[in-house]
Order: sequence, then C-alpha cells, then structure tokens
Amino acid sequence: MFRSLSRIAPQLITLGAIVLLVTAFFPDFILIGYERERLVGPIIDVLKRGAPVALLAIGMTLVIATRGIDLSVGTVMAISGAIGAWAISSGLGLAPTLALAIGAGLLCGLWNGCLVAVIGIQPIVATLILMTSGRGIAQLITEGRILTFSDPSFAFFGSGTLFGMPFPAVLWVLLALVVTLLMRRTALGILVEAIGVNRSASALAGVNARVLLIAVYMAAGLCAAFAGIVATADIRGADANNTGLWLELDAILAVVIGGNSLLGGRFSIAASVIGAMIIQTIDTGILLAGFPSEYNLVIKAGLVLIILVVQSPNLAQSWRFVKDESRRRRERSYEARKELRS
Amino acid sequence: MPLTIRSLSKSFPGAKALDCVDFDLRAGEVHALLGENGAGKSTLIKCLTGAYRRDSGEIMLNGEAISPSSTSEAQALGIGTVYQEVNLLPNLTVAQNLTFGREPRRFGFIDGTAQRAEARRMLSGYGLDIDVGRDLGAYSVAIQQIVAIARAVELSGKVLILDEPTASLDADETRMLFDVVRSLREKGLGIVFVSHFLDQVFELTDRLTVLRNGRKIVTEETARLDRVRLIEHMLGRELSMTEDAARRKTDPNVATRPEVVRFENFGRSGVVEPFDLTVHRGEVIGLAGLLGSGRTETAELMFGVRTAASGEARDETGRIAHANPREAIASGFGFAPEDRKTDGIIAELSIRENIILAMQARRGWAKPIPRAEQDRLAADYIEKLDIRTSGPEKPIGQLSGGNQQKVVLARWLAMNPRFLILDEPTRGIDVGAHAEILNLIRQLTDEGMSLLVISSELDELIAVSNRIVVVRDRRHVAELTGDDIATGPIVRAIAAEAAAQAEKVA
Amino acid sequence: MTVNPRFYPLLATIAIFVLAYTVCWIQFPAMLSTRVVGNLLTDNAYLGIVAVGMTVVILSGGIDLSVGSVIAFSGVFIAVVLRETSLHPLAVFVLLLAVTTAFGALMGLIIHSLAMPAFIVTLAGMFLARGAAYMLTIDSVPISDPFYDFIKSSYYLMPGKGRLTVIAGVMLLTVLVGALVAHRTRFGASMFALGGGEQTARLMGVRIGRLTVLIYAFSGFMAGLSGIVFSIYTGSGYPLATVGTELTAIAAVVIGGTILTGGAGYVVGTLFGVLTMGLIQTYIVFDGTLSSWWTKIVIGLLLLLFIVLQKGLLRISSAGQSVRHA
Repeated sequence: MFRSLSRIAPQLITLGAIVLLVTAFFPDFILIGYERERLVGPIIDVLKRGAPVALLAIGMTLVIATRGIDLSVGTVMAISGAIGAWAISSGLGLAPTLALAIGAGLLCGLWNGCLVAVIGIQPIVATLILMTSGRGIAQLITEGRILTFSDPSFAFFGSGTLFGMPFPAVLWVLLALVVTLLMRRTALGILVEAIGVNRSASALAGVNARVLLIAVYMAAGLCAAFAGIVATADIRGADANNTGLWLELDAILAVVIGGNSLLGGRFSIAASVIGAMIIQTIDTGILLAGFPSEYNLVIKAGLVLIILVVQSPNLAQSWRFVKDESRRRRERSYEARKELRS
Repeated sequence: MPLTIRSLSKSFPGAKALDCVDFDLRAGEVHALLGENGAGKSTLIKCLTGAYRRDSGEIMLNGEAISPSSTSEAQALGIGTVYQEVNLLPNLTVAQNLTFGREPRRFGFIDGTAQRAEARRMLSGYGLDIDVGRDLGAYSVAIQQIVAIARAVELSGKVLILDEPTASLDADETRMLFDVVRSLREKGLGIVFVSHFLDQVFELTDRLTVLRNGRKIVTEETARLDRVRLIEHMLGRELSMTEDAARRKTDPNVATRPEVVRFENFGRSGVVEPFDLTVHRGEVIGLAGLLGSGRTETAELMFGVRTAASGEARDETGRIAHANPREAIASGFGFAPEDRKTDGIIAELSIRENIILAMQARRGWAKPIPRAEQDRLAADYIEKLDIRTSGPEKPIGQLSGGNQQKVVLARWLAMNPRFLILDEPTRGIDVGAHAEILNLIRQLTDEGMSLLVISSELDELIAVSNRIVVVRDRRHVAELTGDDIATGPIVRAIAAEAAAQAEKVA
Repeated sequence: MTVNPRFYPLLATIAIFVLAYTVCWIQFPAMLSTRVVGNLLTDNAYLGIVAVGMTVVILSGGIDLSVGSVIAFSGVFIAVVLRETSLHPLAVFVLLLAVTTAFGALMGLIIHSLAMPAFIVTLAGMFLARGAAYMLTIDSVPISDPFYDFIKSSYYLMPGKGRLTVIAGVMLLTVLVGALVAHRTRFGASMFALGGGEQTARLMGVRIGRLTVLIYAFSGFMAGLSGIVFSIYTGSGYPLATVGTELTAIAAVVIGGTILTGGAGYVVGTLFGVLTMGLIQTYIVFDGTLSSWWTKIVIGLLLLLFIVLQKGLLRISSAGQSVRHA
C-alpha cells in the first residue's frame, strides 16, 4: 500500500499544486455544494469532464506498458458513439445498444492487435490506419449528420447522477479500480510488464506474448468504447467529426504525465488517471481563473515539456557525467600540482 | 611492424576484459585472433577501433603511438574494420555506401554518374561485377562483406580488421572472400582475421594469437601448430595433464535408469543435422563443441524456439509436445539461454517476479500465485542459491552477472522440470559463483533432474557430465562416456575432420 | 532493360495514381483537362509543401506532429503582423520562416540532446504552436494586401485553359528542391543513413546531433512555407485551420511509397501521394452523390495496402539475409 502511494506521489503533488494555483486565482474552485441530491462545484465538473480522457488513459496505459501506442482510440470513440446513437435512435433498446457500441470498440481493438501482434507492424503505424479511416466509418454510420437521440436511459451515461456524483466520473473511477484489480489481483499485470520490458525473454519463459498483446489492444478499444458512449450520451448525439478528436494525444499525455515510460514496462493506472485529471484541471482551471482559453495550449505544452525534461534519461546521465568530469578534473589538477611541487 | 600493442588492459565493472595483452601485426600478413566468447577478442578490437578507451598499455601504428577515440578517427589513422553484421547501410545503393561522406559533387550536388564510376573503380580490384546503382541490401552477405572491405581499404589502407566475416557465408562465398583477403595481403596490408572456424584459420592465416579469459595465451606461426594443440590453447587444457580431480563419480548404471526423454532423428537441415539422443533420469549430458558448431541450436530445437523439420521427442507415454516454448514448458522442459541480457532476465522486474515468471505463465493469468507463496519462493531460492541481494524486490538488472544467472536458474528450478537445458550457465560469472553453480548442477541430478549442459569450458563439462556429446559443423559427431570423458578424447573429437564424419555415416 | 528494384514502391505509387486517374476519366471524361489538373495542384499546394518536409523527417526515421499547428500559426502570424504593422508581406514571410525554422531546430535539439522520442517532443510542439496561434488571435483574420491580390491573380495559362497558379508553382518547385536535397546532397545521404540505422550511420561518420537539428529545422521551414501558401490560398489566418494536417501529410508520404520507419523513399513519390489523395476528393466532388467520408476510408485502405506491401517487400529482401538466423 505504501509502495503504491509513493509511486503516485509525484502525480498527486503535481495535481495538488495545480489545484492550489487555480484556487489562488479563483477561490471558489474548491467549493463543493449539494443541490437537488447531487454534488456540484468546479471540482465535480473536472471529474466529469475529464472522464473521456481518463477512460482512454486506462487502456492506453496498458498498451504503452507493452511498449506500444494506440493512436486510434479517439476515432474508436467516434465509431462506438455513432453506433450507440444509431442503435438507440432506431429503437433497439439500451442493452443491445450498449452491446453493439462496446462490441465495436472490441472489434477495433482486435483489428489493431492483429496488425501489431500477428502481422508485426509497428504499433504507431498499425493504429494510424484505423485513426485515419475510422472517422470515415463513423461518418458512414451517422451519414455525415449529427445523429441525435432523446432516449433518457442512454443519456444517463453522459449526464446522469449516481450516488450524488455525475455518472461519467463514477464510471472512470470504477473502471480504473476494476482494471487495476484485474491487473494486480491476477497475474495479468506482471505478464504485461514482462512482455513490455523483454518480449523475447518472456516468450522463452512461456508467456503467450501474442495473445496478451491482442488482449491489451482490445482493452484499449473497450475503454475507447466507454469513452465514446459517455461523450455521445453527454451531448445526446453522435458527432462523427468531433467526438474524441485529438483525445488520443491527451490520453498519451496523461499516461506520460503519470510517469509511465513510453518504452514499456512498469505501469500505474492510478497515476495515469491522475494525469488525466491534471490535464482537465489545467483546462478548467485556466478558464475559471479568468485567463483567456487561448493560453490553455501554451501552458499545457510548457507543462508537458517540463515533465518530459525531468523524466529524460539523458538528463540523469549527463548530471552523472558532469559530476564525474569535474571530479576527474579536480584530481588531474591535484596531480599536476603535486608534480609541479616535486 | 605496422601495428604493435603492448600490455593493453581494459576492465569493466566487475570483470577484467583484457589483462596486459601484447599483439603485433606485420605488413602483408593475415593474423588470426582466436578465443571463445568472453576471451577478450571483441574488447581488443574495440580498443583498436576507438569504440572503447583502454585503461593502460599502448598501441603503436607504424611506430607512432595512437589513441583513437572514435571509429572514424581510427579509420582516418589507417585502421579499418569490417564486422560480421555488415556495418554498411542496406537501404543505400552500393555506390552510395562506397562513397559515403566523400561523394563526388558538381555545382554542390552529388554527381550520380561520377559517383557510380568512382564506386566501380573502388570495386575493380575485387573481381565483383555488380550493378552499383542497386541497394546494397539486395546483394548477398558475401558481396556486402566485400563492399565493406573495399570501403575500409579505401579509407584506411594500413590495417584491416575482419571480425567474423565468414560467419554467415557458404563455402563458395567464403572462397571468394578469401581470394580478396589474399590479394590484399599481396598488396602489403596487415589483416587481423577473427573467426571461430578453425579450418579457415589454417587455410588462410600466417600467424595466430589465442586469447583466453582476457589474457594472451600464445602467438605462433599457423603452420607450426596442429588442430589439437590449438584447441587446447583455446579451451585451456594441456592434454598431458591427466586426470581431472574434480571429475564427477559417474554412476555406471546411469544408462540403465528410466528414460526421461528420447529424441529420435531430431533436427532441421541447415541448423542441426538430425540426431538421436536419449536422456536418463538424473543424468547430465554435456554438449561440447566450438562456437558456431550447433550447440545452442541443438538446445533451441529441443525447447521449441526453432521448429524441428524432422523427428520427434518421446517418453514412455508417447510423443512429447514441444513445438514452442510454452508447449515445451508444459512438457516439463526448462531452458536457461546463453544470452542472459536479451533472452533471460526481465531487467526492470524484481528478483521475486523474475523467479515466479515461468511458473506464473504456466498457471495462466487467472490463477495468480499468492503473494505469500511468491515471497516464500523468492526467499527460498535467494537462500538456497545464495543470491547476493539486499532483498527480493530489487530489480534483477541491478545484480551482478552471477546473481542474475542464479535468478534465472531459480525460475526454472521453481518449475521442477524433468529436463533442464543450461546454455553456458557460467559465462561471465566470477569464480565463486562459478563453483556454486557447478555444485548446484550436481545437487539437482542427485535429486533426479536431468540436464543438458552447454559450455565452452571443457573443465566444467568434464566435472559435471555423465556423458558428452560433441558437436561440430552443425552435426552431433561423437558421444563419449566413462573414461572417455576427458580433455583428450573431447579435443580429438572436436578436431577430427573427415574421420569422425565417416564414422557417423557408418 | 530491367528496372532497379529500388524504384518499385515509387512505380507502385505512380501506377496507382495513373490507374485512379484513368478510372476517373472513364467515368467523367471532363476530368482529363488541364483545368482539373491546375485545380488539383492549387488545392493541394500547401499539403504538398508540408509533405515534402514530412518526407525528409520520415526518411530519417523521425516524425513531426507539429506541422499542422505550425501552418495555422503561420497564417495567423502573417495576418496579424500585416494588420498591425506596415511591413511588406515579403518581409513578414522572411520573419515567419526564421521563426518556424528556429522552432523546428529547437525540437530537433531537444529530441537529440534529451534522447526523447520525436513523437512526444513534436506532440508538445504541436500544442505549443497551436497555443501560440491562439494567443495571437482567436478569430479568423482576413488578409487584405495588394501584394496578396497580385499573387492570387497571377497564373500561367496552360493549354486547355487550365491555370497554373503561383502557389501551385511554388509547390512544384518545393518538390524539385526537396528531391534535389534528399537525393543529390550529402545532407540527404546522411539523412537516409540515419533512417537506415543510427548506430551504423554514426560508424560511417554522420554527425547525428547536427543532422537531427537540421532535419527538423527543414521540416519547420517547410511548414512555414506551407503556412504562407495556405494564407494566400484562403486569404486569411485562422488559428483553428489545418487541424490534423500532420496526419494527412504522413498518409501522403506513406502512400507516396516512403517507409514509415525511415531509410527508403522518394520525395517525388510524396507528390503523387498528395495528388492521389486530392484525386479521390475531386472524384467525390464530380460524383456529387458520394459523401466526403469515403475519402477517409479510401485513404485508410490505401495506407493499409502500402504498409502491408512494404512489409512484404521487406520480408522478401531480407529473406536472403535471414539464412544466418534460420
């Protein structure tokens, strides 16, 4: 328990610092009220608005842990959302609608996984294909329109309230918990980390790397489907053009801010979803603090650069090098002085 | 003397790679550099080419002390190198590779016609008639090697180092390469030739130097040595020195014990010729042979890393499935590979996780080994194998080579396999850990496990084996038992040429 | 005479373009006119230019996700500076190119000196450039300048009344220059070497750090130039413009026969990649009943086709070498 806390400590501290910073500009930020049986307030809003990226980050963490990347999740959101909106508006009922939307996400994940694990295409290239063409497929489903619906049971996934909390917030917290438990209470976590660090050694130890890789991309597809359902339900319509647009980049960023290496291996889902919340707090905070929203991206970019530079392996190395060099130089000048004296 | 090296030393953390090595190279000679893996050949070459900084000693080129700090500096000084994995770019054309960095230009742009002409001129002395406008990658490795040599000679022109140039060539290609090397010798170049193919060493070289454990063992005219003497130098045993004190007391009845596994007509052409091998309970089979003889390939076939083209493995209940590592593990096999870093350890994971990995993979993801059980296993093996660590949660990448090897062994021991393959179990390990691992092997067989041990140290094989299989030229050529398990017979079997092959056929 | 296998991917690209054009022509004979060709070149001029920069980056084994944002930044920068000052547009262009080139160089420097993946560094660059554009303005700023009007109204009338506009000419010139740089200079040779393998390139004497900075600077320059062309094409600067152009450019490069992992490809191929993608759009416009989303799906299929094709080619060409592993 203590170990896992210390793993996410840097992300928690960053999040805390940013919350403090926002509060300094906008004191009402940390106020939470209770109206009509639901919690309200900017922080609750962050938890809700950050849901799509947090959901994507869960799956992305697993993909990145295997030394991969999934560029298609934003597009998969659009596909799942489009299928969901189409199904519910053609009167299929809630359960079949959810099954279809989630099934579409899994199918997309299976496609990516097969390209990566069976054909052996680099993950970034393999998922680029679906990223490009998937939006066209989503538009095919919505026929280029914004497909609206009014079914309240489906809309609940976007704007409903559960235990006083917005449903999307409950969903990502639950999913993060479930996936973390699934990873840590079974052996999946360590097997995923093992193939991420050293695929060939893992295969020699009997780990079924191919099946695991496909499963991981399917998990990313599943998370994207959930995110797509939330995003679509929230606006009561599927917008194939804009649903999930560029969210894959935010999700990757959340994972990286979460301290997970792009080179695979050790991962922490908790840290990634906190990373997602950091991004959302910045977004919301900048708005609330009265900065024009146009500063948002520059601040985000600056923050990313700082986090990346701090994480850079080269930096640690060059520090060591500088230290060694100066020590060596001191020694050399000492020797030289000794020689001079003698 | 174009190249003279005096008492060159180089250490890495925890290991002395080169210990006061002397070496000299005459103009117009081909000088073989020999030694098993880890003997120090590649370290010596890397010191010469500027890839490594030496700790002490000096390198003289034509009487001048040099100290190259990069490959291009060494090249400019006159030392060119051609590696086994060709160090040119397969995605560029032959002409681009040959003229890289010195492309003829006109009006600031590369003149393609002049570039190709220049490339053809550079290749003219080598008897190659190829289209220099094609990708280098489109040509065979042999041609790529010659192109690499042509570039190295053009740029350097004094000393040429050929590092395992024939490792992936067939007989005709090797002959073509040798013609090139001979003609360069005529021109007065000094050539260092690294190879583990002894036939080629005898065919091509004028003198040879043997390294072992970072030391120079001997420098001699090739013609004055015979194969047996040479192998003794390389493997470190004097034939005259008789009996091996550490030799295991062989149970004479080992062959009558129940069979654990029998490989029948098992092999794949081009990898290892089909062989028969029966493994008994509690038996250690040693696999002896030089580097590249098919030792590791035998192990990989058995463990399903490569697919066998013919034959099968059986036990008393029938056919054993081992088409891939997972099946092999399910059938009770284990394999600790030669290259620990790339194929053995999962560097970032802890000792505990590395130990339980194979067991966990076998149980499936849904049935995790309870944490208490994991801790117990880790603590058990850390104690039993005396793994030196501050605790079971330390990443394995931070341990020394010997301790890493013990963890990999623990991974397999935890599976309690019936047949465990150890490929170079003591490579790169300090003396203390070395003895411990040998003791462990004895202990395991006493408990009834069967082992196949691959090693280039004959002492080690002799000390632990009940039976020794000798591999040469991708063929199992001899099986030694009883009193034949001694340096003499093994070396003779490795050295024998046609005789052994004829025997095999008969 | 046999064809050098080096050219297979390029020939495949050109063949697909010719095939596609033939199909279009059979269905809509009007498409075979210099007018359509002129429009094709003009409409895709900015994309062609930025794709040339992307080709160079990808050939060296890297990637540059920032270019779409840099184009938008360029348009906004030009529009705002022209509105606020009395500088001549040409002076603004020079200023802008200096900024975007330096921006690219900086990314290259970070990639090399911190050994960070290009993907992440240029992703941060993408946010930064887009953010900088927002900071200049959040509105679409129209450009009204006599010089702009002059450029827009000048063209070369091709036989058949097709118009070769200035920006189309700039694009063709860029492709030519890009091809010369990539295939006919030592810089280009080093770039291919880096894409073939960093370790080997270093062994052959390539100065990796300097080269990396130059490559991303080149891409930054091309993105800036593309931004200029885009601002002429649209007559305005808008910070939300050209979102996702980086991916379109990458797709064009891959369809143009360049291997996404670097080391092999042609700048001219990229031109055909861009034109093929433009052709699909033109076809859809001519058809009138098809919807624009088919463009994306067809482009995705083409991508898949080329990636699998390259995978196959790689497998065939490495078959000879894999003997030592078998």
